[in-house]
Amino acid sequence: MSHHLPVLLVVIPLVAAPLAALVNRPRVSWAIALGAAWWALYAAHALLRQVMADGPIHYALGDWAAPYGIEYVVDPTNAWVLLIVALMGAVVTPYALLSIERELSKDRIPLFYAAFILCLTGLLGIAITGDVFNVFVFLEISSLSAYALIALGPDRRALTAAYQYLIMGSVGATFIVIGIGLLYVMTGTLNMADLAEILPQLEANRTIPVAFTFLTVGITLKLALFPLHLWLPNAYTYAPSAVTAFIASTATKVAVYLLLRFFFTVFGAAFSFDVMQLDKVLMPLALVAILTMSLVAIYQDNVKRLLAYSSVAQIGYMVLGISFASVLGLTAGILHMFNHALMKGALFMAMGCVMYRVGSVRIESMNGLGRAMPWTMAAFVAGGLSIIGVPLTVGFISKWYLIQAALEQGLWPVAVVVLVGSLLAVVYIWKVVEVAYFRDVDPDAGITEAPLSLLIPTWALVVANFWFGIDASATVGVAQRAAELLLRVGS
Amino acid sequence: MSPGMLIALCVLLPVAGAFVVLALGKWPNAREAATLITGGLTFWLVRGLLPYMREGARPRLDILEVVPGVQLAFEVEPLGLLFALVASFLWIVTTIYSIGYMRGHHEKNQTRFYFFFAIAIAAAIGVAFSANLFTLFAFYEILTLCTFPLVTHHQTDEARKAGRVYLGVLLTTSIAFQLLAIIWTWQLAGTVEFTQGGILAGTASAGVLGAILVLFVFGVGKAAVMPFHRWLPAAMVAPTPVSALLHAVAVVKAGVFAILKISVYVFGLDLLGTLAATAWLAWAAAATIILGSLVAFTKDNLKARLAYSTISQLSYIVLGALLANRWGIIGGGMHIAMHAFGKITLFFAAGAILVAAHEKDISRMHGLGRTMPITFGAFFIGALSIIGLPPAGGSWSKWFLGMGTLEAGQVGLLAVLMVSSLLGLYYLLEVPVKAFFFKPPDDARRPEGIHEAPTASLIAMIVTAAATVGLFAYPDLAYELMSMVVPGGAP
Repeated sequence: MSHHLPVLLVVIPLVAAPLAALVNRPRVSWAIALGAAWWALYAAHALLRQVMADGPIHYALGDWAAPYGIEYVVDPTNAWVLLIVALMGAVVTPYALLSIERELSKDRIPLFYAAFILCLTGLLGIAITGDVFNVFVFLEISSLSAYALIALGPDRRALTAAYQYLIMGSVGATFIVIGIGLLYVMTGTLNMADLAEILPQLEANRTIPVAFTFLTVGITLKLALFPLHLWLPNAYTYAPSAVTAFIASTATKVAVYLLLRFFFTVFGAAFSFDVMQLDKVLMPLALVAILTMSLVAIYQDNVKRLLAYSSVAQIGYMVLGISFASVLGLTAGILHMFNHALMKGALFMAMGCVMYRVGSVRIESMNGLGRAMPWTMAAFVAGGLSIIGVPLTVGFISKWYLIQAALEQGLWPVAVVVLVGSLLAVVYIWKVVEVAYFRDVDPDAGITEAPLSLLIPTWALVVANFWFGIDASATVGVAQRAAELLLRVGS
Repeated sequence: MSPGMLIALCVLLPVAGAFVVLALGKWPNAREAATLITGGLTFWLVRGLLPYMREGARPRLDILEVVPGVQLAFEVEPLGLLFALVASFLWIVTTIYSIGYMRGHHEKNQTRFYFFFAIAIAAAIGVAFSANLFTLFAFYEILTLCTFPLVTHHQTDEARKAGRVYLGVLLTTSIAFQLLAIIWTWQLAGTVEFTQGGILAGTASAGVLGAILVLFVFGVGKAAVMPFHRWLPAAMVAPTPVSALLHAVAVVKAGVFAILKISVYVFGLDLLGTLAATAWLAWAAAATIILGSLVAFTKDNLKARLAYSTISQLSYIVLGALLANRWGIIGGGMHIAMHAFGKITLFFAAGAILVAAHEKDISRMHGLGRTMPITFGAFFIGALSIIGLPPAGGSWSKWFLGMGTLEAGQVGLLAVLMVSSLLGLYYLLEVPVKAFFFKPPDDARRPEGIHEAPTASLIAMIVTAAATVGLFAYPDLAYELMSMVVPGGAP
């Protein structure tokens, strides 16, 4: 069975999704979703261990050898992303049980879990496949299910948010498929490894830069790089709490992975950065994202929206790391994908707890919650410290590498921007802390602590924030290995 | 007990004590007994490390490697031990004082108060024993964060505003300057371990090293070198025991301790003496000494006056480090101990006056000395030590600092020390003189029957005042430890 692990990772959730819809009983559908999500975590973890020990895994679907058949390729980079996606799926699903029952009407719950598992499948598929058209297929699976999930949000504005995301997401997907189409026309192959071999011979060809540009714009739209982030704040704000926690910590990370895969594996770092000068585009945009989006976050009154803008800023950190095109920079970017999933997951889940008890995440409705919901707010503070980058949290580890990467290239103003971003994070996190701890709770509201099935997953992520912040050797090891392979240095 | 075990216990015991305090929250007597026992044991454990210093050993405890090459580790050396001894001893005394103060003043949330107090001590010992810049930074930030609930203890609007200034200044300086300096050091030297003789010599041009030194001196915001001193007066909204132990001893001394440590073990005195930035920074410290004293003059609120006096005195230690010679370091290190005992006595007295007579302003304390002779007597002794007059311990550290300025050939700086002492003579001695010799104002709306402060507070005051005098007669331990830090000839 371990030989078929790569395909089973994707197929089992894919089968579980219609099953969850067919049984049509909320709790049974949930149990199926839970099984699929935990299976994915097990499989992703096993794959990562295998890859780190024995090197890349190639799996031909239906035994059709590449480049004719579809090939799944697992190397440290995507094994890492698979683990992030599966981990967040496995943590969010138990959390979803009560949270979703509170936020959705009962008849929609089975469909919700079907869409949820489809989204998970799509994200896993994007990460695992070695075929560019297959990327597009899975991208559509994950995107369409994500639109549905967001539209299920309790607020009516969720519909317009989902619609906005649908339009922007479709534009992005179209750009990506145009890019893929152009590549196919020029090379006659869809296999990534094949493309990587053929493309360098076509460097003089003018279609390749066009394909490159389409892909860049399409992917940066998907990962919500400033200024193509406009769909994100509404989508995160109005989606059901569990969906926000899941999508915020996975969907953009998978898009960042696509950026890495296309620019480093398919086109090659030399073409992307020396010929196309990608760094001159990405770095300024990333810096602007870090500064402006952190500032915008400070002025938000809805805490989910505040965290959404913070996410756009944090995506800036990941893209900044990539734009250095150095081992240190890529290590920082790849590390931050994981680290940011942990911290934003914890923060959004804490907000889900507030939503569950208070019914709102507007800042004025959080008066005195530090006393009424001590564990929830403590989780928020802990996640916030990680966003700020306090030592012994994962946020610090990301920053440590990012600043090193900047100083290595003598770009100390960039290091300063990273640090200023941290300070702005202090402001927007503390804004919530002050309301929660310095105002009196309304005694008539009768707000109590969130149920354990919400708190345990939240705190699992909080603990992970500190665990991987204190002992980062494992995460740094994988990220560094992935970075070296992407840049083709070392082995 | 192995030395590594001893170090671990020194840091962990206060943490364990904090949780015992939390568990005993409902029984005030048991809770405070637990704090006292923890304090006593901690001091006894810290003292147990003294023999190793005399043997010339440097006990070390590696906890784990956070990222490759960067350890979370402790290594005890004489300077750190001196700081840890002072902090842990005064914790015992402050606890005794707090029992009188907190009950006499009917403070709320006393369990939270004792809990975070113990955590703060653990963090201060962590700072004292840190083996490298990373560990130092981690505990430095923990110290900032766990004292925030103590500063904002009253949870009023005033406390919230003060808390903003407190966190704002301390986090901004530490993240924007100190962290940058640490990562820059790591980039240049390839290590952040504290090493005898320094690690930075010869790694970069004098300009770059000077820039790093500037980042360090201003980045250690807890040393309160102007213009980053505003947090210290802001912190005075806290209950007096917090001001006494944390904002005269543990927190502020963690700052100047860090500067001494960085000067000796990161730059090394040889390198430090050659940098142009050192001389400029010495004058910045000198300016803080004078300006702090001048501002203290204008403050009628006793705690505010003491806060500015602390700002001025802290820069004595910073100046000592920047003199970059043996006497400067010895004087600076001894001043950590001498100022601690003197200033804590002053704060104890200020708190006692508040509890017993409900007075905060010096102009309203006329004649109080007759009803509270012990309190004002203790204040007088503490003031002598801060000014640097016999028979109080402060005269020794000021003597050595003076020698340091002469050794460095900086007569101007010696004049600064003298002028500041003269200023102190006035603004500190004004308080007991007016209390003893001036008639009470006629309009005094003083309630009848003011007597001395609660007994527990009086005992604490007598202990620290006696220790202040004792340190004049027996400064040997502080001198012995400091001369191990900078080996050289006898005075």
